[in-house]
Amino acid sequence: MRISLSELCGYRSGDKGNLVNIALFAYSEDVYELIKTVVTAERVADHFAPLVRGEVTRYEARNLLALNFVLRDALGGGGPSTLRADNLGKTFGGTLVRLEIEAPDDLVAASRRSRPDTGWARSYLASLPQS
Amino acid sequence: MSSKVLRIAGGQGFYGDTPSSIAGLLEDGIDYLCLEALAELTLAILQKDRARDESRGYTRDLPVYLKTAMPAVAAGRVKVITNAGGMNPAAAARVATETARDLGITGLRIATVLGDDLFGRLDELHAATASQLKHLDTGAEFHSAQGDPRFFAAYLGARPIVEALDAGADIVITGRVADAALFLAPLIHEFGWAWDDWDRLAAGALVGHLLECSGQTAGGNFSGDWSSIPEPWNLPYPIAEVYADGTAIITKPVKSGGRVDFDTVRHQLLYEVSDPSSYMHPDVLADFTTAQFEDLGEDRVRITGVRGKPATPTYKAVLAHHSGWSGEARAGFAWPYALEKAETTAAIFARRVAEAGYEVAEWRFEYWGVDALGGAVPMPESAGAAEPREVGLRVAWRCDDEKTAASISREMVPLMLSAPPAGHTTMGRSAGGSTELLEIWPTLVEKSFVDPGVTVTIQEV
Repeated sequence: MRISLSELCGYRSGDKGNLVNIALFAYSEDVYELIKTVVTAERVADHFAPLVRGEVTRYEARNLLALNFVLRDALGGGGPSTLRADNLGKTFGGTLVRLEIEAPDDLVAASRRSRPDTGWARSYLASLPQS
Repeated sequence: MSSKVLRIAGGQGFYGDTPSSIAGLLEDGIDYLCLEALAELTLAILQKDRARDESRGYTRDLPVYLKTAMPAVAAGRVKVITNAGGMNPAAAARVATETARDLGITGLRIATVLGDDLFGRLDELHAATASQLKHLDTGAEFHSAQGDPRFFAAYLGARPIVEALDAGADIVITGRVADAALFLAPLIHEFGWAWDDWDRLAAGALVGHLLECSGQTAGGNFSGDWSSIPEPWNLPYPIAEVYADGTAIITKPVKSGGRVDFDTVRHQLLYEVSDPSSYMHPDVLADFTTAQFEDLGEDRVRITGVRGKPATPTYKAVLAHHSGWSGEARAGFAWPYALEKAETTAAIFARRVAEAGYEVAEWRFEYWGVDALGGAVPMPESAGAAEPREVGLRVAWRCDDEKTAASISREMVPLMLSAPPAGHTTMGRSAGGSTELLEIWPTLVEKSFVDPGVTVTIQEV
C-alpha cells in the first residue's frame, strides 16, 4: 500500500550554513531495510526540488536504524542570510516525511505509528481565562 | 574499568535558552556544568553587538547562569565551562569577575581562552592556507564571497580548555570552540586521556554532541512518541556519567520531567551531522556508526564501543560576510478566498514597492494560518476541506541598501483599506526597520596557523 513516511518513521533536521541535514529513523529492522531500499538520495532530491537547489547525499547508520540526508544549497542562503521564516531548517524533517512510499500491508499493520494524544494540552488550554 | 565516574551536564543549548534548568542539574549533583551558547547565527548577532559597543560581543545572559552556579563553584562542587565569550571572551571574563564580586565570592580562578578570532588575518590566511579559504561545502573561491567580511573565527578544540583546567581553573570562558570540545575537555583533564587515544576522544566527542543541545536529548524537539513525554513543561537538561574507558551513561536529573531513552538519544546523535561515520571534531574524527546503545530503563542509556580516527591537520573556520539588508511585513486574510486575497495583496504590495522606485534583490512570500480569524465559528459545508479558513501573509525582502529595506514595510500599512477585503496588516518583527544579512562561509585553516595565537590566561577573583 501507499503510505507517507510520517506514519512509519521519526525525523530531526538541522542546519550548517546553507546546508540542511535530516535524520530519518526507523522503529524496526524491517522498516529500516525498506526505507534503505526506497528512500534514495535521488528520491529525496526530487521531493525537495521546490526548496533545495543543491545535491543530496545519503549516509547510513544501522546502529541507529537511521538514514541521514545532507541537502546542499538548501536554506536560501543559510541562517543569518535567508529570507525564509524557517531560517534554520527545523521543519525540513517534517517536510521529508510527507514523502509517500510503497510498503507491504503486513509491514504497515505492524509498524504504523499511533497518532499523538494531546488531550492534556487541550484540557489545560480550555481551563485558562480566554477572550 | 576504573570506578571513577564523572558527571557532566549540558546546561545551555543556545543563546536564549532558559537558565532555570541548571538549578535542577546542580541539585542532582554534577562535576562539570557546560554551557554551549554559540550557533552560527549567534556569532552574527554577537558581532553586531560588538560593532555597536566594544565592551559587548559575549552572550549577555552569562551573568544569570553564573549567579545560579557560582555558589556551587565557590564551594568546590562544580566547575563551569562555557563558550559564552562569543566574539569577546575577555569582556565575558570581566563580567564573570564582576558577578563574583557582586555575590561576595572570592578565590575563584577564571580562565579566558583567546585565539579563535582570525578576523585580522583574512588576507594572510587566504594566501597561506592550503584551502585558500575556499568554501567548505561548495568549493567556491574565496574572492567570490560577496560583501564585506564581518567576522572570521576558527572552531578550536579541547586543548586550551584542558590547559586551563590543568592550571586549576574553576570557570573557563572561551570564544568559538567546537561545541563538543566544552564537554570533551573535562574528560581529558580528569581521566588523563592521551591526545592520540582516538577511541576515547571519539567517545568524549560523542558525549559532547549529545549534551550540547540541552533539552534535545531529553525529549525536546523529538519526533518519536512526543505527546507522551512526561511533564514537558519541566523538561530537564541532560547529564552524562562517563567512565575512564569512555563508557557513558546518558541520563537526566531524577526530579524532572522529560525522557532519556534510545529514541531521544539517537534523535540528537545525528542532529546537524553530515557523515555519521566521520564526525569532524578538531581533536578527533569520531565514528558514530560504531556506538552501541543499551537502554537501561529509568532514563538511562549506556553507550559503548565508540571508535575514532586521527584528527585532521585543519580547523574548521567560519567567515561571515555582508549579504544585504532585509525587512518583512505581515497581513492576515479570512475566508472566503483567503489565499486568493493574500496572493493578490502580495502582488499589489510588490507592485507598489516597484512603483515607489525601491530596488529589491530578492522576495519571499509565505502563506500561514489556522484559526486567528473567525476562531471556532463553523464553516459552511460547501467550503471544501482544502480551502483554508484563513491565510497569514508574510513577505520578506532583501535589498542592497539599508534605508530601502527599512522603508518598504511602510507600503503594507495602507493596504488595510486599499487592498482585497478583510485584510489585517501588522508590521513584521523589524517594525519598519531593517536587519543586516550575513552569509556564512565555512572553510578550513591549518592548525599550525592558529595554535600559536591561542592563549589561556587565568585570573583569580
